[in-house]
Amino acid sequence: MTPERKFLVSPGPHLWRGLSTSKIMYIVVVALMLPTAAGVYFFGYQALSVIAVSIVAAVLAEYLVKKLRKRAFVMDGSAVVTGLLLALILPPTIPLWMVAVGSIFSIAIVKEAFGGLGHNIFNPALGGRAFLAACFSVKMTTWVSPMGFSADAVTTATPLSTSFIWEGDKLSLYRDLFLGNTGGSIGETSALLILIGGILLLALGIINWRIPVAYIGTVALFTLALGGDAIFHILAGGLMLGAFFMATDYVTSPITARGRIIFGIGAGILTVVIRRFGGLPEGVCYSILFMNAITPLIDRYVKVRPYGLVKKVESEG
Amino acid sequence: MRFKLFKRGSRGVKLAENKSHTEKPIEIFPLPEKVTIPLQQNIGAPCVATVKRGDKVLTGQKIGDSERFVSAPVHATISGEVSATTTVINPPTGQPVSAVVITSDGEDKWVKLEVPKNPEKLSVKEILGKIREAGMVGLGGATFPTHVKLAPPEGKKIDTLIINGCECEPYITSDHRVMLEYGEKVLAGANIICKLLSPEVTYIAIEDNKPDAIEHMRRLVAKTEFKNNFKVVSLKSKYPMGAEKTLIKNLLDREVPIGGLPLDVGVVVHNVSTTKAIYDATFDGKPLIERVVTVTGAVKKPKNLLVRFGTPLRSLIEYCGGIDGKASEVILGGPMMGISQPDLDFPMVKGTNCVLVKESTPIKEQDCISCGRCLEACPMHLMPTTLAKYAKAGRYDDCKKTYIDDCFECGACAYTCPANIPIVQYIKVAKSELIKRRANK
Repeated sequence: MTPERKFLVSPGPHLWRGLSTSKIMYIVVVALMLPTAAGVYFFGYQALSVIAVSIVAAVLAEYLVKKLRKRAFVMDGSAVVTGLLLALILPPTIPLWMVAVGSIFSIAIVKEAFGGLGHNIFNPALGGRAFLAACFSVKMTTWVSPMGFSADAVTTATPLSTSFIWEGDKLSLYRDLFLGNTGGSIGETSALLILIGGILLLALGIINWRIPVAYIGTVALFTLALGGDAIFHILAGGLMLGAFFMATDYVTSPITARGRIIFGIGAGILTVVIRRFGGLPEGVCYSILFMNAITPLIDRYVKVRPYGLVKKVESEG
Repeated sequence: MRFKLFKRGSRGVKLAENKSHTEKPIEIFPLPEKVTIPLQQNIGAPCVATVKRGDKVLTGQKIGDSERFVSAPVHATISGEVSATTTVINPPTGQPVSAVVITSDGEDKWVKLEVPKNPEKLSVKEILGKIREAGMVGLGGATFPTHVKLAPPEGKKIDTLIINGCECEPYITSDHRVMLEYGEKVLAGANIICKLLSPEVTYIAIEDNKPDAIEHMRRLVAKTEFKNNFKVVSLKSKYPMGAEKTLIKNLLDREVPIGGLPLDVGVVVHNVSTTKAIYDATFDGKPLIERVVTVTGAVKKPKNLLVRFGTPLRSLIEYCGGIDGKASEVILGGPMMGISQPDLDFPMVKGTNCVLVKESTPIKEQDCISCGRCLEACPMHLMPTTLAKYAKAGRYDDCKKTYIDDCFECGACAYTCPANIPIVQYIKVAKSELIKRRANK
């Protein structure tokens, strides 16, 4: 006899794919390990300490703010992603206390003040970077050549700045940019490893191709149209990291397929405009932040046409 | 023909099938000692009992009927005595319905069936009458009265008939077995429908996870005289392929207009088990009193069973060796659209294609991260997370503007949601609120 017992009644569906938010976050962390490894390889202990401070500060800030807001703290990995991403877009020589300030700003202001994960308008890591750039502009624009684990850092200009002079041939410039052997932010220099991480995310279905392809494609085409060097502009600066890991942030990018294309194209145009006509050498951070700001607008007007929405039934023939 | 530059891809989700446990022949479930037959087992009007306590009934005798057009009579599924009338909760609606309890005399004496001498010569009207009297409803789970679906309004030309053997929900194998074991009857039933609707072409649509059924049906079709009009097509196994509107889109690239029916685009879809039952009703005069049900999941011996309606779930599960392990949920139907039952007293009814015993997964809802997976999963190209957000905020008018009525609650969105949001639940709440408002106007 089956014993008399009441069974659980729950709403359907009774199957779940099992891909949770935190799983997604940790997959992103794994994919980011490639550019992180490149950063540590090229910029040594300094890069390592920036990364460590940024992640620890982010997680602690998240914990404290959740306590203050009387919400449950969940180690869902999103603070780790934010901390790590912020570190990867900072110069390796930045003082560690500034890193902590930026990381705390990212979590406490850019994310939690808006309601936490899922409610923030701006990408937290980019918001933190913009904050640091506004407060500590000198430290945020001091770059060094890759020095690995040796102690002596030599300041240099990043490839995108106006004072950058390259004495070799173009091919070796592309090679250095592609591999990452150049001055720049910790995780932005090696296009190759970022690309591998990005392809990993694409293959696992974590990110969708639309934003990176529209973004990078627009930068290439627009640069070409303006008579610039498209390959150089794709490989230099933060475009690769931005296109694969920041612009694709679910929360701060449009939800529809067409909206994502618009987002990518918009960010691409802005990046080129800032690089070419703006007062800053690099435009990835601000272009994505700007597109974040208009994402709610895009989502409001770009809708999916539902199945069966027809004016009248099409007759055969 | 309009040239389409971008054909919209099919949406949906790939599910773990879990069908292998019951890929075995149908067993006939022994006659139950007692059956409880709800007087509403279909979409539409409930029946009124035509028998009372103490009446002797025969197997196949009508015990409930309704005057309304959209209704289907119910029949005694065993012979014996009406021992009580009671009330049960009807799972799809959650509303109480009256039910007739019959205690078996153990003899299974049938009413005299009206077997037509020359079934080929029956008129359309006669066939429709037989189908209605047999209490036929859509056996895929929707339980819409079949005779209504087979009588399209004047002026609606049906050019395509689809016999649906997709069976896209995980675990369920009842339609699969029906195709393999009653394939000839399925085809003969399809031929009857052709007579009623005269479509130009008939597709037998089967998901490619059932290659043996595809092969078997192809072989049978090749042997028949209608081989030129019947086409067996293999479709990608992607949930919810077997839903009418999804199936029509994937097979014919037509979209049923919002609020419309398949016949608005010249299509009628019938499930394979319904088609087989149509044959039984027309050629053998047999009313719908039993069906094949898959009893699976956490039971010791999962089986496909041919069961009389009214048999309590408890007996089915016991026949399959009882509950195995620490299962906490019993679901009528598949894991995606099935409805969990609080106890095992509920009888199996016309729409029960599966009894699934399952360990339930605790759900802890998190905030939406706007990943867009639900949009990619939604076969109706809706924006499920937006609907859930509106529903949560009580913005039901916005739900309506966002085409909530187009949702048929397949659950693909909630399945794929990383934030574990019970999207379908929110949508159901909003829909019932909208219905209430309409009623109050």
